[in-house]
Amino acid sequence: MDILQIVGLCLVATVIIIVLKSYRPEIAIQISIVTGIVVFFLVVAKLTAVIDLLKELTSRANIDMSYVNILLKIIGIAYIAEFGAEVCRDAGETSIASKIELAAKVIIVVLAVPIMTSLLELIIRIMP
Amino acid sequence: MGIDLIFKIAAIGILVSVLNQVLIRSGREEQAMMTTLAGLVVVLLMVVKEIVSLFNTIKAMFNF
Repeated sequence: MDILQIVGLCLVATVIIIVLKSYRPEIAIQISIVTGIVVFFLVVAKLTAVIDLLKELTSRANIDMSYVNILLKIIGIAYIAEFGAEVCRDAGETSIASKIELAAKVIIVVLAVPIMTSLLELIIRIMP
Repeated sequence: MGIDLIFKIAAIGILVSVLNQVLIRSGREEQAMMTTLAGLVVVLLMVVKEIVSLFNTIKAMFNF
């Protein structure tokens, strides 16, 4: 049922943005930002349920929680970076959007380093 | 939650642009500029408030 509400809202917002774009482009871009935020808040309840399930499964399978935390952090960074980059691209600033994506990639790689090192140690231990 | 916010911002945008046209037609360009800036600041404050709540939710959910 939610998807109907979301798509309806986004279509209305798009029409409003088209109306406003010729007169006040700066307010039009802010409407698209607010629409993105509202859609995120409509979906956030389901997202927290999925994240709690993920945590509960990992704790039951007694996997180290730090890996899941790093994974969640990477997902959060990816979402925020994509949100910002798309808004900048909408506004026509593709260069700023690619800078945001570059920064996000660097941060994600830095976050993934401990996982990679533990994986390598595991492989070395397994090797005969 | 924020659905009415979108329409509030749209209403402000349309009001500011109409006011702007009226002021320009009546010869007061600088006042038109002032109303445009005032409308922009009001909308910016509302949008920034929403962005802050988005970032706080993200921080809480993905335990940054």
